[in-house]
Amino acid sequence: MDTTGTLIMPPAGSTIASEVDWLFYLILYISIFFFVLVVGAATYFFIKYRRRGEIAPTSQVDHNIKLEIVWTVIPLAIVIILFFLGFSLYMRMNIAPKDALEVKVTAQRWLWTFDYPTGINSVNELVVPAGKPIKLLMSSNDVIHSFFVPDFRVKMDVLPNRYTSVWFNAPYPGQHNIQCSEYCGKGHSEMLGIVKVVSDREYTEWLESAAGPGEGIDLESYGEQLFTSKRCVTCHTVDGSLNVGPSFLHLFGENVYLQGGSQVRADENYLRESILAPEAKVVDGFEPVMPTYQGLLKPRDIDALIAYIKSLGQEQGEQQ
Amino acid sequence: MNTIPEINYLNHPKGIKSWLLTLDHKRIGVLYLVSILTAFLLGGIFAVMIRLELLTPGRDIMGPQTYNQIFTLHGAIMIFLFIIPGIPVALGNVVLPLMLGAKDVAFPRLNLASWYIYIVGALVALYAIFSGSVDTGWTFYTPYSTETGGAVVAMTLAVFILGFSSIFTGVNFVVTIHKLRAPGMTWFKMPLFIWSIYATAIIQIMATPVLGITLILLALERIVGIGIFDPAMGGDPVLFQHFFWFYSHPAVYIMILPAMGVISELIPVFSHKKIFGYRAIAYSSFGIAFISFLVWGHHMFISGQSQLASMIFSFLTFLVAIPSGVKVFNWTATLYKGSIWLQTPMLYAFSFLFLFTIGGLTGLFLGTLATDVHLTDTYFVVAHFHYVMMGGTVMAFLGGLHYWWPKMFGRMYSIKWSRIGTALIFLGFNVTFLTQFVLGTKGMPRRYYTYLDQYRPLNFYSSVGSWILALGFIITAIYLIHSLRKGKPAGNNPWGGLTLEWTTTSPPPTENFQTPPVLTHGPYDYDTADVKPTI
Repeated sequence: MDTTGTLIMPPAGSTIASEVDWLFYLILYISIFFFVLVVGAATYFFIKYRRRGEIAPTSQVDHNIKLEIVWTVIPLAIVIILFFLGFSLYMRMNIAPKDALEVKVTAQRWLWTFDYPTGINSVNELVVPAGKPIKLLMSSNDVIHSFFVPDFRVKMDVLPNRYTSVWFNAPYPGQHNIQCSEYCGKGHSEMLGIVKVVSDREYTEWLESAAGPGEGIDLESYGEQLFTSKRCVTCHTVDGSLNVGPSFLHLFGENVYLQGGSQVRADENYLRESILAPEAKVVDGFEPVMPTYQGLLKPRDIDALIAYIKSLGQEQGEQQ
Repeated sequence: MNTIPEINYLNHPKGIKSWLLTLDHKRIGVLYLVSILTAFLLGGIFAVMIRLELLTPGRDIMGPQTYNQIFTLHGAIMIFLFIIPGIPVALGNVVLPLMLGAKDVAFPRLNLASWYIYIVGALVALYAIFSGSVDTGWTFYTPYSTETGGAVVAMTLAVFILGFSSIFTGVNFVVTIHKLRAPGMTWFKMPLFIWSIYATAIIQIMATPVLGITLILLALERIVGIGIFDPAMGGDPVLFQHFFWFYSHPAVYIMILPAMGVISELIPVFSHKKIFGYRAIAYSSFGIAFISFLVWGHHMFISGQSQLASMIFSFLTFLVAIPSGVKVFNWTATLYKGSIWLQTPMLYAFSFLFLFTIGGLTGLFLGTLATDVHLTDTYFVVAHFHYVMMGGTVMAFLGGLHYWWPKMFGRMYSIKWSRIGTALIFLGFNVTFLTQFVLGTKGMPRRYYTYLDQYRPLNFYSSVGSWILALGFIITAIYLIHSLRKGKPAGNNPWGGLTLEWTTTSPPPTENFQTPPVLTHGPYDYDTADVKPTI
């Protein structure tokens, strides 16, 4: 497999990618031919017929029907061929094989959630078995997003009012970037994810471990993992700097100023509520853009995240 | 020795009031020129800020929210305040009646009204910027635009108002072309610039109302929640995209057709040769105008529209490539065995041929369904669009400006500095945008505030290109302004053109011609007419 990509195309990570690339390069060569033809001729004429002193055009021919027909009909034939090639491949890109493994994708500002048929879910990490067709059934909880995996050459808008779908078959294990490609606001360029293509065995193992997460490690470290894997990190920092949402540094135990002027102490219940119903208490100076994590986190996950936030210090809270 | 006529439209009558209440098409053209160049400056400053922010991943000079506002303003200002009015209102207003041999446009008051409406629209846009700004992108896609904060309604109102300015200009030009041609000027003796302005005017009149309706619906959606685009109320956000592109695709031809018209003037004059395929070029403008109404769905191949719709739009999109190709071939054929004079306007015409050909050919990748899926919404589209609009329209605008500048102001700019400016703009443009094609094929989505590390080198080169480009524009601004006072008097016909504007003085008197002109030859009859450059 092509893992490095060419000078201008990214690696070809799906079965369809090499076909798209073939068409891409065909168009590229046709374009280069016409570019050289037109701009080459123009450049040649500019140099050869450059005015030196007296004006002396050597021809005043002002039309030629045969020539007009040639340069209308030949390009027309070429674009009609391109149309058919593009259309037939597009249909194959659109029609998923019947035996495809179906994963439900939910987009919301600014994360991707993947729901598997077995009932487990993951955030921003799509784990799929290699060599199997995967169909993604996608919808959005808020504005329009677009699911784009450059290595697979697939892209599809994700809409709030209906399902759209893409499918792909990634033949070899590896990792591929997911990027949101329909503008969706402040976190648009950080609405990233990973497709992890793994062997069948690894996939089964992953499904099992995802079903019972965080076993065998302490809450704090598990919370730290979740902070990244559940994409809290997209909007919240742990070093005190400001992002889309408040920083978690020294948050625990602090008095938080809310929109509307009231205050609340950042205790366990406040944190729990802010994770599951973020719009209930919005911190002053921030916008109510956080999606709910209801259903995405298990009780132990929530405990772990709270433990992690606690571990980030509460000196300020104690001083107050 | 050439002299400036003592009494001309610029100095007679005098006073601010005489300018603000003028009915003279040339003065209105100058007012428009100053207005759109101000918008271009503002949009350009935003562009440089965008490239500065993208110099490296992460924060460079601003946060993500500010960045989103800046790229929205860059797009909205460049499109609605500069490039859509652009060539027709500034160059067209000045030279269209002159080329026709007319005293003025058909409706001088409507012409002035269109400028005032433009100014009101621009002021409302400024109000929108300062009262909370806009972060929707110039495309105002729903439901984002109905949910986000900021002054979206004010901005849509601005665009709505600007639409009327565009319609007024279109109506005025259509009537002027029909009714005010000089004796002897049949349709096929009109300069091709007039043909392209005519085709443009038809699109302006027919498409702009759709934009108006769309923006009203968007404003109603935001203010009272009528639900037409809101899925929760049974509406459809994709419907907005259909409405929007039903205007905005023809609108890209509002932007490019006048540019093609300018090139059709420059190439025969500076080759001192009859244009090749006059009728093919004239008809192709109308072919483009007609098909332009039928291709809007190619912006939406991955929007969830049906595959059947995508198929039809892809096919029609390929058809629109043909008349554009015909023009390019005809221009190139005109150069053959000409006497090519490498003056600055011709250098811009060459830049146009070079860059527009790349812009047009890269459109093939986007019209082809299977490759569009990978490339749409990436920097490939950004680069393609800029090659057509900036490499095409802006180069032609600069070419036209340098061509008609001596006619408009009676003076020549520095030839040496104008060549340096052209070279820098051409170089800077390619460094900025050629890199973006590759960013796009490699998969960097557009409208990204930050990006993956693999895109770092190309973004860096692109940003460096924007500085070269900016330098080119600064030099151009300096020598053009300098020439207004210090430039050598240009004479009536410095380039040896055959169209009627070159038969009157530079600058022309208020009434355009001392005696009403009568057409004795076609616009490009270099084989029979005896005319020579005078500089």
